[in-house]
Amino acid sequence: MDIIDRRSNPHGKNLDNRQRVLARARGAIARAARNAIDQGTLRETGQGETVTIPADVLHEPSFHTVFTAGQRDVVLSGNKEFSKGDRLKRPPGGGGGGGAGNGAGQGEGEAQDGFRFVLTRDEFLDLFFEDLELPDLVKNQVVATDTMTPSRAGISVDGTPSQVDMSRTMRQSMARRIGLRRPKPPEVKELEEEVARLTSTGEDVEKLQALRGELELALRRLARVPWVDPIDMRYRRFTPVPKPSARAVMFCLMDVSGSMSESMKDLAKRFFLLLHVFLERRYKRVDLVFIRHTEVAEEVEEEVFFTDPRTGGTIVSTALAELTRIQRERYPAGSWNIYAAQASDGDNSGSDTHRAVAMLENDILPIVQHFAYIEVSISAAIIRGETDLWRGYAPLAERAPKLAMRRVAERKDIFPVFRDLFGRKVAA
Amino acid sequence: MDRPLLYSGTDWDYGTLQRSYDAIERIATEELGLELYPNRIEVITSEQMLDVYTAHGMPLTYRHWSYGKRFLQHENSYRQGYSSLAYEVVINSNPCISYLMEENTATMQALVIAHAAFGHNHFFRNNHLFRQWTEPSAIIDYLEFARTYVSACEDRYGVAAVERILDASHALSRHGVHRHGGTRPLNLKTEEKRERERREYDEKVFDDLWRTLPDAKPMPGSDKLADRRRLLGLPEENLLYFLEKSSPRLQSWEREIIRIVRLIAQYFYPQPQAKVMNEGCATWVHQRIMTRLHETGQIDDAAFLEVIHSTSNVIMQPGFEYGPGFNPYALGYAMMTDIVRVCDQPTAEDKSWFPDIAGNGDALGTLRHGWANYRDESFILQFLSPKVMRDFRMFRLMDDTSEPTLLVDAIHDDDGYRAIRRSLARSYDPGLNDADIQVVDVDLSGDRQLRLEHRTHPGQLLAKKDAEATLKYLAVLWGYEIRLHEVDTDTDAVLATHTSKPAG
Repeated sequence: MDIIDRRSNPHGKNLDNRQRVLARARGAIARAARNAIDQGTLRETGQGETVTIPADVLHEPSFHTVFTAGQRDVVLSGNKEFSKGDRLKRPPGGGGGGGAGNGAGQGEGEAQDGFRFVLTRDEFLDLFFEDLELPDLVKNQVVATDTMTPSRAGISVDGTPSQVDMSRTMRQSMARRIGLRRPKPPEVKELEEEVARLTSTGEDVEKLQALRGELELALRRLARVPWVDPIDMRYRRFTPVPKPSARAVMFCLMDVSGSMSESMKDLAKRFFLLLHVFLERRYKRVDLVFIRHTEVAEEVEEEVFFTDPRTGGTIVSTALAELTRIQRERYPAGSWNIYAAQASDGDNSGSDTHRAVAMLENDILPIVQHFAYIEVSISAAIIRGETDLWRGYAPLAERAPKLAMRRVAERKDIFPVFRDLFGRKVAA
Repeated sequence: MDRPLLYSGTDWDYGTLQRSYDAIERIATEELGLELYPNRIEVITSEQMLDVYTAHGMPLTYRHWSYGKRFLQHENSYRQGYSSLAYEVVINSNPCISYLMEENTATMQALVIAHAAFGHNHFFRNNHLFRQWTEPSAIIDYLEFARTYVSACEDRYGVAAVERILDASHALSRHGVHRHGGTRPLNLKTEEKRERERREYDEKVFDDLWRTLPDAKPMPGSDKLADRRRLLGLPEENLLYFLEKSSPRLQSWEREIIRIVRLIAQYFYPQPQAKVMNEGCATWVHQRIMTRLHETGQIDDAAFLEVIHSTSNVIMQPGFEYGPGFNPYALGYAMMTDIVRVCDQPTAEDKSWFPDIAGNGDALGTLRHGWANYRDESFILQFLSPKVMRDFRMFRLMDDTSEPTLLVDAIHDDDGYRAIRRSLARSYDPGLNDADIQVVDVDLSGDRQLRLEHRTHPGQLLAKKDAEATLKYLAVLWGYEIRLHEVDTDTDAVLATHTSKPAG
């Protein structure tokens, strides 16, 4: 007989098989994600880690029979009350066919309702965006190696006075004082009082002599051993750390004039949400700026952005100007990755389109990583053909690869369009 | 004849295992007369136990997503506390490998050694099913070969191409065994060497078969049918074997992969047919051995109470309210103890039911004979006694779909014993429970349609959705259209038809 200790053998034998399950379920998860978008629960889906995949995806079929009609008998245990000839109601569901093995063996799991999977958020999003790639990713990854940020890095014995760590310093000082037996001021005071009393009464001369010696020694020590010595000083140390550009700002621009119906805004919202989830996956921090515009543009809260209706005409360039202003004020291009997405029904007041195109080309495109223009239209509007804005942007889009533009008419278009815009470009 | 205590308390080390093993071995071989494969005991962690589960207890397998799925299922239910892990897993191999969990107490280690390394080991070695269908001395080598071969194919032809064949073969793995007629014992050790020769020969024969096609006129007739059947060896119930040999469009490596799945399926074929006996045998053996250890003073009372507690957990039979089916440990253990009782202290009832063994005074010999020569179905038919039926309070329900209610048509009384025993035994008959599906014909001259027949048992049709999904896999392996008729065994009337075409 051999006894072998296998406990130290390599673990995780099934990691590879687990990966294969994931690969197989990939299609199902991506489908589940798309459904989630259609049902408007994208934010929750993005957070969740437990996915339930329909069992068929991982189902292993085999030929097996089911009892359909006729007669069969089954032997059961645990009869407490039945006698021969008793009649019983059928259990709901018709009762199982084969006996499922008890005990610790391997049961032949037949049909399950769904297969629950615990995925990390990253795994989920990875699947969700399986082949999406950020535009101009190279720049983003390394853009901020020149921005250094000071980071706490322990304690040091030298530094500037503003960085003195008082409690550490005093701890050092106290240890030193105890070590060098520096007398405490109250003790010295007590000695002095005793000496003074004995001197004035003049009774115990011998003791007075001894105390005087003691007092002298204490005073000398007090003078020699300082309260805080330079060697006690402790400073907080900071080390400059190169800061990865882990932040992005996403500008959401939307036309909220009367011509944008609720359903069009809903389409736009979905696109923004998707872009947001996408960016969140890439960057540690994603700021959102919502700019809505009619004839004038203003920055608003998300809630207001999507819900508060406005009336009025449409001047697109106001929103672009607002974007530029906010960007210059708060998001310097050197340390932020800038994304912008504009949603509109394509209407613009005739004379403004020129200005908007010029602003886009000169002020905005040079600093953003990507500018997506989504034209939402309910199906009837498509008949009108090209809109003002579309006509204006189209020639620019040909020149500038950073500008991408697509039309969206229905909910189900959103995801394909998104993929189309951000899909990994096949190397030509 | 008191012997020193093997251990006390719950902690164990390798010395404890060795002492326990030696003491158990003495009882198993000298008192119980068990015949064993050499043992190998491996200590593993709970995570490794999950791995072992995943591969049906095999120490290694080829890579496939279905193992990952099983791993996730076990892991989920284990982590969420729905199920605990088994104390041991034992492999029908020579040497016989038993996995012990490191968390077990000293008593549990002794118990599972007795259970697995002696009970199951003896059963594997002696039961005729295992002797006939499995080759324990070669299985580990063969799995190694399978793993290497599949992995080499993945490198060469891509994971997807291999997975396509594995998926399809797995779906048919229940139909990968020659159930009837003498199976030649597999010589798994030489599989690797023979693989190439066999392939070349098969391809030659196979080409001859199909080369006759262009000239053959589509003339249906009984002679032609007989010819085809002879050429293709029809009817054939071993679907994987048929596809491996005769499917027109497979590459030779694809045939080899089908063969791998088929041979591994054959290795597992006996297990469900002798589950009650196998567990009954192992449980009875461990209980007997542990009792003897206690009687001879080798384990203390605390340890023996732990044994009793553990055994009674394992042999718990929930009532029918909790679902159909018998706990194989409970039924098996009850039958084994009952046989001992019949042999040693028979009642008048036993004498009339079991005249050949009642009071023969050789309980051990009778048990060993039973373990060697029966499977669950025949064992129950032969040895299930009225006393066990009474103890389990068995009753039989008649389910007639033309009636609105179920009828209790037999209970544990003189009228009912035989009916219950016959029915219970039948429910363990694989011939009645597995779908009988055969390849009956191939349209050699036309569109190469493969025709299958399911000879149904009354009222038992194939589950439609699964049947069609499985047929799709079959079509992957055959490459042309498949037609499956479900026919009434008595009248040959066609009850249902499923067809499937390969995609693309």
